[in-house]
Formats: sequence, C-alpha cells, structure tokens
Amino acid sequence: MATNNPSMFLLTVNGQIEGANFPEFDNLYCKYCFVYGHDWVPSSGLEEGITQITCKGIQSSHKLIWNFPLETTFKSTNPSGWPQLVMSVYGPDAFGNDVIRGYGATHIPFTPGQHTRTIPMFVPEPSWRLQKFTSWLLGRRPEYTDPKVVAQGEGREVTRVRSQGFVTVSFHIMTKDMKKLGYDTGPSDAWALPK
Amino acid sequence: MKVCVCFVACRLQLPNTDLCPFFPLPLNPLSAFGVLNVGVDACTVCVCSLAVAVCFNCIPLLQQEAQSSEEDPGETLKRTLRAQRQRQKKRVHLRGEHLLQFSHGRTHVIQCSSGGVSPTVLQVDHDGAGKHDVPLAIRTRVKFREAAKRAVKGLPTAEEAYGFFTYNFEPDPKDGTVRMSRKKQKQRKTVEEDMGEADEQEDSEVDEDNQDEKIGQVRMTAILFNKYEIRYRKLIQRESELLFTPSFRTVPVAIKLPENMKPRYLEDEGLYVGERPSVSLTNENILENRILKMEEKWFGDDGRIIALPDPIKESSTRPPLIHMEEDLDPALQTVYKKVRHAHYGLYISSAADPEGDYQLDVDVSGLIFSHHPLFSREHVLGARLAQLYDQYLTRQHNNLTGHLTDKLFLFLYIFLPEHHRNTRQLRDSEQEKDRTLLKNMVKVWKEIKALREFQKFTNTPYKLCLRKENVDRASDKQEYEDEILAEVVELEAESEMDYQRKLAEYKKQLEEWKLWRRKQRKKKKKSQAQGDTEDEDEDQEVSESEGPAEEGPPKPEPLEKPDLDSIEQQVREKASRIRRKPGESILIPELSASGNITAYELCPRAEKARRDHVAKCFLFIKILYNNKEVSQTDSRSLSTDFRVHFGQIFNLKIVNCPQSINLQVFEEIGSSCSLLAQVFVPLPEPSGLTGSVPLEEFEFSSNQRVMFDHEGVGSDVPLSFEADGSNKQILMTSGKLACCVSWGTGEDGTPLAPPYHLKDGISCFVASGGEVTAPEYFRLEQLQQEFDFVTDEELDRSKRLRLLRLRNQEVAEFRNYKCVPALEREVTDEVFQEYEKRLKEGEIIDTKEHLDPHRALVAKYLQKIRESVINRFRLAKHHYHLSDLVIEEEIPSIGILGRNLFKLAEPKRPLKPQRKERKKVTTQNLSDGDIKLLINIIRAYSIPIRRPQSNLCLYFSKPGQSSQGVIQGSDWLLSQVQVRPFVEVSFQRTVLQTTTADGPNPCWNEELQLPFSAPNGDYSTASLQSVKDEVFINIFDEVVYETGVVRKSVHTQVERHWLGSVKIPFSTIYSQTRIDGTFKVNTPAVLLGYSKERSYGTNGGYDILRSLSEGAFITLFITIEPQLVPGESIREKFDTQEPEHLLQASERFERDAVQSHPDRPCITTVIDLNGKTVFITRYIRPLNPPQELLDAFPSNSQEAMALVARFVSLIPSLPDSISFSGACDLWSTCDQFLTLLAGDEEEHAVLLCNYFLSMGKKAWLIIGTAIPEGPTAYVLTFEQSRYVIWNPSSGQYYGQYDTFCPLQTVGCLVNADNVWFNVQQYTSPMRMSFDTTKAKLWKPFFSRSFSHPGLSSVQPEELVYRHIDKAAAAELQDRIEKILKEKIMEWRPRQPTRWNRYCTTTLKHFLPKLELSGGQDIAEGHRHELQNLLGDNRVSQE
Repeated sequence: MATNNPSMFLLTVNGQIEGANFPEFDNLYCKYCFVYGHDWVPSSGLEEGITQITCKGIQSSHKLIWNFPLETTFKSTNPSGWPQLVMSVYGPDAFGNDVIRGYGATHIPFTPGQHTRTIPMFVPEPSWRLQKFTSWLLGRRPEYTDPKVVAQGEGREVTRVRSQGFVTVSFHIMTKDMKKLGYDTGPSDAWALPK
Repeated sequence: MKVCVCFVACRLQLPNTDLCPFFPLPLNPLSAFGVLNVGVDACTVCVCSLAVAVCFNCIPLLQQEAQSSEEDPGETLKRTLRAQRQRQKKRVHLRGEHLLQFSHGRTHVIQCSSGGVSPTVLQVDHDGAGKHDVPLAIRTRVKFREAAKRAVKGLPTAEEAYGFFTYNFEPDPKDGTVRMSRKKQKQRKTVEEDMGEADEQEDSEVDEDNQDEKIGQVRMTAILFNKYEIRYRKLIQRESELLFTPSFRTVPVAIKLPENMKPRYLEDEGLYVGERPSVSLTNENILENRILKMEEKWFGDDGRIIALPDPIKESSTRPPLIHMEEDLDPALQTVYKKVRHAHYGLYISSAADPEGDYQLDVDVSGLIFSHHPLFSREHVLGARLAQLYDQYLTRQHNNLTGHLTDKLFLFLYIFLPEHHRNTRQLRDSEQEKDRTLLKNMVKVWKEIKALREFQKFTNTPYKLCLRKENVDRASDKQEYEDEILAEVVELEAESEMDYQRKLAEYKKQLEEWKLWRRKQRKKKKKSQAQGDTEDEDEDQEVSESEGPAEEGPPKPEPLEKPDLDSIEQQVREKASRIRRKPGESILIPELSASGNITAYELCPRAEKARRDHVAKCFLFIKILYNNKEVSQTDSRSLSTDFRVHFGQIFNLKIVNCPQSINLQVFEEIGSSCSLLAQVFVPLPEPSGLTGSVPLEEFEFSSNQRVMFDHEGVGSDVPLSFEADGSNKQILMTSGKLACCVSWGTGEDGTPLAPPYHLKDGISCFVASGGEVTAPEYFRLEQLQQEFDFVTDEELDRSKRLRLLRLRNQEVAEFRNYKCVPALEREVTDEVFQEYEKRLKEGEIIDTKEHLDPHRALVAKYLQKIRESVINRFRLAKHHYHLSDLVIEEEIPSIGILGRNLFKLAEPKRPLKPQRKERKKVTTQNLSDGDIKLLINIIRAYSIPIRRPQSNLCLYFSKPGQSSQGVIQGSDWLLSQVQVRPFVEVSFQRTVLQTTTADGPNPCWNEELQLPFSAPNGDYSTASLQSVKDEVFINIFDEVVYETGVVRKSVHTQVERHWLGSVKIPFSTIYSQTRIDGTFKVNTPAVLLGYSKERSYGTNGGYDILRSLSEGAFITLFITIEPQLVPGESIREKFDTQEPEHLLQASERFERDAVQSHPDRPCITTVIDLNGKTVFITRYIRPLNPPQELLDAFPSNSQEAMALVARFVSLIPSLPDSISFSGACDLWSTCDQFLTLLAGDEEEHAVLLCNYFLSMGKKAWLIIGTAIPEGPTAYVLTFEQSRYVIWNPSSGQYYGQYDTFCPLQTVGCLVNADNVWFNVQQYTSPMRMSFDTTKAKLWKPFFSRSFSHPGLSSVQPEELVYRHIDKAAAAELQDRIEKILKEKIMEWRPRQPTRWNRYCTTTLKHFLPKLELSGGQDIAEGHRHELQNLLGDNRVSQE
C-alpha cells in the first residue's frame, strides 16, 4: 500500500467522550455524529452513536462519566469540510420527558497527537415566554430540526440559545499522507523542541 | 412682670460680660434675679432678629423662673416700673415711636412682632395673677417649648423668628379676664392702621366700628409700634430692588415692539415661516416678561420671540436602507475587511533576531524648576533674571544684529533699495530687542537688589555684573553719525521721490478741477442770459449746490515740501532709542551664581517656614512604558535652588513594541504624594544608541493651585512686585526635565534596537532577512498579496480549483460533487463536459432542437430571464427562519383550544373518518428512498367502450366466451364486455399498474407507491421545486386474444389499448402537498374501435350532469409520503413604480384576506418580468384577438369565444416554478406572452380575459385554486344571465353549476377597475354568487373611501399579429413529419420501418378537418374512413 503518490489522506480519530458537567441535570445520555464536507468519506468505524445513560456518582457529585469510545477513520482529498464532532445530550426532565440538554460541536483536532476538548453546550431557547412555560409544562422543549445545524454557521442567526453544561472529549489523532499532499498540520517546530 | 427676651439671651450667651452684645448698654441694675427684670426700653434697643431668635432658647427657662418669682410679683413690678419711668423720660421721647402706657395694677407682657402683621397683645390681669398666671404660664410654656424644640439645634432663622412672633397665643377662653381679639383680621387691620400713623395716641387708632368693643374687652394699654415693621418694609423694598418675579400674563404686543411700529406678520405676506418649537404659553409669557425686563432686543417684527423653526422632523429623512446592497453601484459597495492586528504592534517578532531582547535605556538626569510654589519672591525674580540671561546668551550666540548689519552694507553696495529698507527695518527691530533685553535685565536685577534690601536676607545666589567695554569715543561717534547720515539721505531720497509722484498727481487733479470750473461758469452765464431774474438766486443756488452733487473734482490741496529736518530728527530719535549712545561703553552682562545666601538663623519666621517646607519636599520620577509603570527613581530632596538631580539610568528590557514613554514627576511632602506633571518622551530612532543621544530638556508644567501662609509664593496665585499691588502675575509650577531615551548596546557593541521602522502610526514594513525595506507607495492593505492563495491566472488554469469553485458557487452540475481529487492530474476533463456543453448551448442557438428559429430565440431569452431571476433569489434562499432550524411546539391559540374542546364533546362518527394532518418534514435531511409518491386510484367515469366490430375480424373476447367466436346481434350487446380498463402509472422510470376492472365506470380503489429520487440526490427545497418529472396516469383497455389451443392449454395474447391519459407534474404535487379530485382524461379525438359511452346511454340520470362536459373522468388522490414542506415564496420586497399608499393598501387588503379566509388566494400585486411590483388591474385591458378568429363566426358569438379560447390554449404552457426554479410568479404582459410563446396559467387567463373584453363581453379574471394546477387563474364571463368559467390553458369552458369544473376555490375577481375578494361562506363556484355589486359577498379593493386612482395599463394598446408564413408552415410540417418518422424508426431499430404512403396521405387529409371541428363532430366519419383503410391493411401483430 505504500504508494509514493497518494491521492487521498487518512485521518484516524480515536478517543472517547469522557463525560459531562451538567450541574443541574442527571441521568443524561449523549448522541454524537460526525459532520464532514463533500470530499470526506468515512472508511471505517461508526459515524454516529449513542452512549449509555449515566447518573452522577456519590463521590464526584458534578461529573457525569460516559467513557464512550470513538473510533473512526476518514479519508479525504481536501481539508475543506474537516470533520466535526457534533454532540447532543438528552435527559429526562421533572416529568420524565426526554428533553434536550445541550448541543455542541468541535472540529476534530488537526494535529496528530493527544488532545482534550471541553465543549460548551447550549440549547435553543423558546421564542417567547409563554412558550417557555408551555414547553416546560408539556416537556417538549425546542430542538434543532437537525443536530448537525450546530456544525454550520448558516441560518444560526435566527435562533436564540442558552448555554448550559460542558462535555469533555479526548482525541488521539493520527494522519497519513497529509504531508505528502502538501498539508502540513504537524506540530510546529516550537512545540517539537520544548525547552 | 415684664420680660425682655433679648437681654436674657444676652446674659445667657455671654455670662461674663455685663454688656449686651447687640447694644452696648449695661445690663439693668434692677435685675435682681439676673434674668427677669429687664426694662422694656431695652427691648426696643435690641432690634436685630438674631438677638430675638436666640432668646427662644431661654424662654422656657425664663418662664420657670418667672413662676418661681411669683411670690412677690408686685415688688418686682414696682421696681421695674420705676426704672422704666426713669428711662422712659429719656428715651421714649427721644425715639418718638414707642408708646408705653401702664394702667395701674396691671402688668402686660408685650411681645413685639418683627413681622408687623399681627402683633399679639396678651393681656394679663395682674390682680388675678395669683390665680391665673399659673395656667397661662404652663400653656405658654408648652407653646414656647415647641418653638424651642425647633430651635434647639442652633439659632432659629429669621423666618422661624417671624413665625414665633406672629404666632397667636390664644388665651384660655375660661379665663374671663384674659381676652384677646377674636377677629384677627380686624385686629390686624387695626394694627396696620396704627403702623401707618405711628402715633402715640392711645386707642385712637382702633377701628371705629369696634372701638367700643375693643375698649371694653381689650384694654389696650400699650401699643408698641416698633422698628421691626420698618425694617421689614425696608427689606421688602430692598428685595424688590434685587429680585424680579416675571409675570405670566400675556405681554401686549405694543410693548414688545419699538414704539410706533405695527407688528408685521411674514406669514400673512406669503413668506414661508417655519413651525416654531412648541413652548407652553405660560413659559413663553414668563420668558417674554423676563426679556422685557432685561431690555434686550429679542423680539421679531411680529412681536414674538425670535425663534428658529423646529428642527425636528416628524418622519425619518434618511433613505431606507433595505435594498441598498442591490441598488448600489458595485463600485460603491462596502467591502468588509476583517480587522487585523499588526503583529509587530504586540510583540516584536522573534524571527528576525532569535536572541530577541531589546534594551531601552532611559536616562533621567534631573530637573530644574522655573517656577515652584515654594519659590520666594526673590526666587521668582531670580528665575526671571536667569531666563533673561539665557535669552541674552542665545541672542548673543546667534548675533542676528551683526548679521543684519553686514547684510545692510551688502545691499547698500549692490544697490537693492527695496531689500535694503526691509533689512534695515529688521535690524532696527533686532537692535531694539537687544536693548530692551538689556534694560529688562538691569531692571530685574535692580528689583532683586531692592528686594534683598527690603527683606534683609538673600535667598538666591544670583549676581549680575555689567562689564563695560570702553570704546574709542571719536571713531564711535563718527560711525554713529555716518550711519544716521546714510539713513537720513536714504529717507530723504525716498521722500523726495514720493513728493515728486504726488506733485504730478496734484497737477493733474488741478487741471481737471480748472476745466470743470470753467464749464460751470459757462453754464451759469447761459442761465443768466435767459434772463430769468426771479429764479436767478435759486438758480445760482442750484448750480452751487449741484456742484458737489455733480461730483466735480474737488480742488486739490497744494502739497507741502517734505520737511527734511524732521526726517533727520526722527532718525536721531529712533537711534537714541534703540542704539547705544555714541561713546557710551558697551555693556556686557554677566550672571553668576556666586552670591551668598543668608543663613537660616538670620532669616525671619516666614522665610524659615518656607525653607523648612522646601527641606521636607522630595521628588521622584516614575517611568511608564506603554502606559505601564516599569520603574521609578529614588526620592530626592528639593535643593534650595530648586534643582533635583537624579542621574539614574534605567535599562528596560522590552518585549512589547514601544508606543510611548512617559515620565511622571511626583512630589512628596511628608507622607502625601502628588503627581506634579507628566513628560512624554519621544521614542528614539533605531539609530539612537546610548552614548550618541545627547541629554534633552523637556519642559513641563502643572496647573495645580497651591497657596502657602509663609514666604512661598504658591502656584496659580496672583503675585505682584509693585508696591501698590498692580501688575499682577499668575505663575504656574513649571520646569524642565533633563533626560534621554536611547537604545542600548550589547556587550559586543551590537545595537539592541528592534529592526523595524515606524511610519505614521500605520506602519508599513517588510521584514525580509533582517533588512528593513519600506515600499515607496502607501497601501492600506499591504499584506493582501501575501494572502493571495495563487495568482488569478493559476486559479483559472487549475482544473481542480475550478471544480472547487464551481461547487462552491452551487452550479447545478457540481452542487453535490463528492470527493474532488486532491491532485490536479486526477481531475479529468470529462467532469466539465456537461457543464461546458450547457454553457455553449446558452450561446449558440441550436435550431435543430427547436421547431423554428423564433422559438429558439425565445428559449434563449427565457434562459436569460431565468438566470437573472436565479441570481436574484440566490441570496434570499440562504435566509432562514426560526422554524427552519428549531422545532418548537406551537402554542394553541384560544380559538383552536375552544374548537378542540368543542370537538371532544362532538359525537364520534366512525363511518365518516376525517383526514388527519400529517407532520410536515423539512427537506434538509432526506436521502434517496425516503420519499414516496402515493397515488390512490379510486374510480373512473364513462370510459369509452368497445364498439362492436361487425366488419372487422377482430376478436373481442372474454376468457369464458372465447370459444364462441364472433357474437352477433342483441345477444352481443348484453353479454359483450364493454371495456376492461386498468390504470398504469409511470413516474421516474417506475411503472405500476392496477388490477383490471370491468365496465365503463370502474372502481379500483387501489394505492400505488412510487419511489421518488431527487436529481443529484439534492433534496433541498429549490431542487425539489425544479423537478420537471411528471406523473403519467394512463388508462388502458386490456384485450385478451386467444391465439389458439395448443396441447390443451389455451394460448392467449394480451393487448392493451390506450384509451387516455392524465399527466400531473411533480411540481404541482409538491406545491399542493396533496391532490384530490376528479380529472378529465385526455382522450384522443378519434379512438378507433371505441365509442363514448354516452352514445349508448345506459344510465340516464348521470347523463344530465355530464352533458355539459363530456369525456372520461378519473378520480385520484395523490400525495407525497412523508409530507414535505413546500417551498415558501421569496420573502423579498421588489422595486416598484406604484404609489406607496396603493402598495400599503394592497398589503393591508391581502393581509386581511389571509386572516379572515386563509384558504382563499388573494392577489393584488404581481411581479412583472423586470422584477417590479405591479398592481394587478393594470394587466386587464381589452385587446384585439386576431381578426381571422373573429371573422370565422361573425354571427355566433359563442362559437367565436370558444375559438378564441382554443387559440389561447394552444399557446404552450410553461409553469413559472419550473422555469424559475423558485416559487416565484412572474407575470408577463400579453405582447411579451405572445412573443415568448410560453407562459403560465395567469398569462393565458389574462390574454383570454382581454380578448373577451375586446369582444364586448363582461369578463373577469378569477384568482382561485383548481385541480390539478393548484393556485391558478381562470376567466369568468357573464352572458345571457349565466356565468361561464373558462379554463384558459385547455380552452374548455364550464357552466357555473358544472360538477366537473376543475375550479375548486374562487379567491378573488379582477377586472380593469377593481379587485373583489370573496367573503362568502363557500368558495366553490357552484355554491356562490358572482354578483360583485353585493358588498356582503364581495369585498372590493377600491371603494368609496379609497377610490380608483386611475391606474394606467401595462398592456400595449393593440396587439399586432403577423400573417402566417405559408412556406414556413409547410417547412415546419415537413420537419415535424420527418422528426416523427425518425423517432419511430429509432424505437424499432431492428426492423426496417416501411411507411405506407397512401395511409400517410389519408391521415394528412384528416388533420385539418380534425382541427376545424375541434376533434368532436366529425369523429364518426373519420372512423369509417380509417376503418376502411385499416381493413385493407392488417396491422402485423408480431
């Protein structure tokens, strides 16, 4: 396979959705998916998944732990549309309805190596106050038509969101043939030679 | 008992003195109690309100003591009286204003009011004092206490005092002897009168009416009219001098204008007068009164205050900004550039110098104060002297006078008189300056000496010596005289020249004058000769008076010869003023600081304090780099000569680029520390290295105000050196700071300056290899080029980049192109083939594709319009609404809630199920296979049935009857299966069919599911809207032939005979979301072997309804699963030429319509081909149809109408949603429509309506919905008391009560004058009235309140038709035939197709006939002919 003239480069993402910090909520689970551009093809691994429901522990009163592994490989011809990880966290509300607790997205890190990302999460707000009340009452909070919206910039100006919680994700990134195609995303020299 | 409050107060306040502070009288010696026994006259003495006020504090005390002294009031009183009488003799008469009367045995406490309004007289019966005084005392004490409480905190104010004294202490009503006037007013009146007269008479001032009563009840023994009255009056008077209270009454106009002037109203004269800002009338009056008082000219001619017009506009005058972007010239559009922080601005790049530390050396040497608050007067003079001396030295150094003198000689030699004179003036002024400077120095020095003499100590070490330099008296004098002589000569020459010039002028003027004089004389003589003696005097007078009036030249004054002596005198005067006297020695001042300063011990106290203060004063300097404090010097004490030496060098290792270096001078006295001044030091040039930069002095000053009580003169305090205090100066703290800032040098001598270059704040620098090269030009975005990815040429050349670019531009072919190759060479040319082909097509008109060149042109034109429309909407498509992004439960409105509640109570009707609204799905996250087309084929009516084929050897058979062969006669009719239809639906290469049913009115009730896939897998709304695929619903008759029986098995052959079809475009289904209705099946005009069922008439009842609209019908229900949200129309405002109020009215009209009847379409404005909004009625105008059509049926108007309708329906139809790929409805005018030969239903309807109008019919445009088109336009005509609805696209017409009329909903009617909106209960044409005059049923747009503004039409006045080019038609015919033949041959490539020429010609003959008959009546005849033909030629079944 060792071709001298590759036409594609590979990006392998290993890592895990470590956990979340939602001080107000409990019993949450997380759905994730990757959003990528036209030139990207997932070649192995899961593109989307859903974690187990986790409760807060006694010792770590704030932290919700999922430790949900991510393992996906992409191949691509073009760094444009670099994959993003889109997370949406759900959990039951006071009446037991499954409601959205947060949306968030982050780009997969460019540089090979280990990275940890803490992703701030947010939810769409009801458009007016009465709606807020009824949505609370009926347990049907406003949701994005498509969670992938949070990975795009277009059209976001019409929404209003409230931020709540954080999700922590760790990545181990490997790339192949990127340098051969002329994309140097490796760590800079300054980092390579720490003093 | 008498109490003078004043004396008590005095005693209380000043216990140690025996003098009243307000009136220097010894205290009454009779005051045995020290407090109580006070003479009344003493009271009259202490008149000041302060004294009175003070007394309140002690009154309670006083009362207590009075009580305690009650034991012997008589004794006390007697003493008091005695004393009073003694004094009275002296004083009362002296003052002449106090009346004191005592009735025997009674005591009066008389309280004097300073207010003078209501002096209260308390009358106490002394006889009953033992009984009654106690309650009185208690009562008064209470009241006094209140007053006292008020005054506890301090002295009461004048008002409080007044209040106290005017307070009415009503006596206890039970106490019969103590009485008081009940009617205050009367009493007040009395008192006022008393005051007026101020006399000593008793009771005489009492009002006559009440006199008896008063005398009886109030024994007024003493009326004290005191000074307070007068004082108050005076106060009022004085106040009125100072204060002015403007009245708020309207000022008469006459006062405001100058005298004898009438107001002039500019507005009445027709001039524009702006609206004044609104001011309330009261305020205006007050202002006017005030201004009148000030006697200033603020009133205009109209007698009102001059005011500018109100500047506030009620509406915004700014142009709306909504569509600025589109309208703006592209060159004017704002381009957004991101703000970029210049890198160097934050940190000095470490790339150029990896070592990277730069050093800035700040050398703070010291500072000298030129003025300091602690300067003594001598210091001030000393500083001035030093300054003058400095000035002198500088001047001496420059030696300007010497230079100018040299120059003077030079000019004299080369004879440049003009320059010479200028230079002389310059030199003279310089010389004068030199001399004044010297004089000033001497003067200041003398002042210093005088001051030292005066204050007897020396503070400054300055000493001025004047060194004399003797000169040779003779030569000096000679020189002096020479110079004066030279100057005099020069001036003389000059004045001589001047004189000559003036003389010439004078002579000229004199000549003129003489000439004029002569003329006058002549005139005079003439008038005398006329002999009018009476008028002679007058005449002369006139001529004399005319003289000056005629502007005759005045007699010029004779000139005087210039006085040469005076010139010399002037020159000498000047010389003595500005120059050293001849022979006088040259004075050279020398200032030395060698004098002795008087020692501390010898100084007076104030000077010692100053010196102490100076010794306590410390100074230090903070160094701020980029506004951050980095260091500070040691704190140094201020020396006696006000110099501070720091001599510190700070080495700043810097990382940030230097922006400012600021030195702050702080002064520290004791523990307090204050900022004196700030000195901003300029940044050094990169070449400015330590050692090479000299120390510089920076002046600073502070405007703080400092004052001292010792010898220090302070700062910002007026100071005078003159004896009389004139010529005051104000001196501010100021001084000079000596410091320098430079770049440090490294150990090896390398400069530690950063390698960059600053230029005017916005720097342009290109750092390349450590060298600094500044471009010669200046550019705001000088780094733009560096960010250019590749050059433009390369961008065009690279296939890969082109591909990426096209994809980004959302070009249809590349919109969802996946995986653009990473490398250039992997991009094949094939990718672009299709795209390039399309581009070429746009340019080259392919005549082959089109039937004639005109259509090709039209197609090209349409393409262009399409492109422009797409471009226009491209941006709009990227606008999102909240509902596009967020799913949110809608709040049910109260109406819906109520209806839902009502529904709960409704009985359940399981046999009448209702369709439930499905959830709508937005098209974003769909993929192939998700969308299905559901087609419910329910039933069909009146399918053509098979015709008995007696003369044809065809076998119509049923499986059971096949063996019987040909059936004949009536038996056939009964047993014959009329037709076995089935439906086949084809859509996007999927073909599905229903089961076969029996009979002409079959019922299938089957659901077919057809998958749908969007082009290129793009499920966006825009893409779905432009899907051109159609659903074909074909009805076939299944015919089974039995070909024979082979080995006991029956071989049959199934044939399908096509009976008709319905086609529904996908775009219609998509925009309608569901289609439910009965459609007319398009059947061919001649259907061989079949006949319409009507001719056999089985069930009559049905026939009646159908008679109006014959043909086969099929009932369908079509929808998309899942339900898709149809694209919304573009939410955008368009240009328009309509008046604003009309647009607003139309917007309102449409909004109201939508609110009241959301399901009824209502259109008042439409968009024309240029993208402009046009009011709909402008489209309606009678237009002539082609004359041939009218001529065809001159008598039968109904036939003619049908013909016109057919003509219109023949114009090809092209839905806007397909051609313009968005839900955008463009209306073209009739001529555009006829030119383009393509249009939507609206264009057809408008054209048809206009034709009908020109034919003299009553016609309206119906805006409504129909199946299958959805929202559409039909035409309504009224004829013979019957409304007829015309379908303009098909040319069909229907009566109002036609069951199968495709028009489902009528929204509004439009004609040239008005638009009516349907507000009836029903929308179906069958159930409604079309009488637009009824306002209850039709809501008009233009009504009485908003009349029709006379909108002109957008349509042309007349349509011009071209004659048919016969040759072209024939050619077209040939081409069509050829194309048809080719296509047929293409379909069967394996067999050769042989054409039967005879058949062809026969068919050719049929065609015109078919057209003429409209495919109806002659069908029968044709069938026979055709069947004859077919009889001869068997169609091969293989």
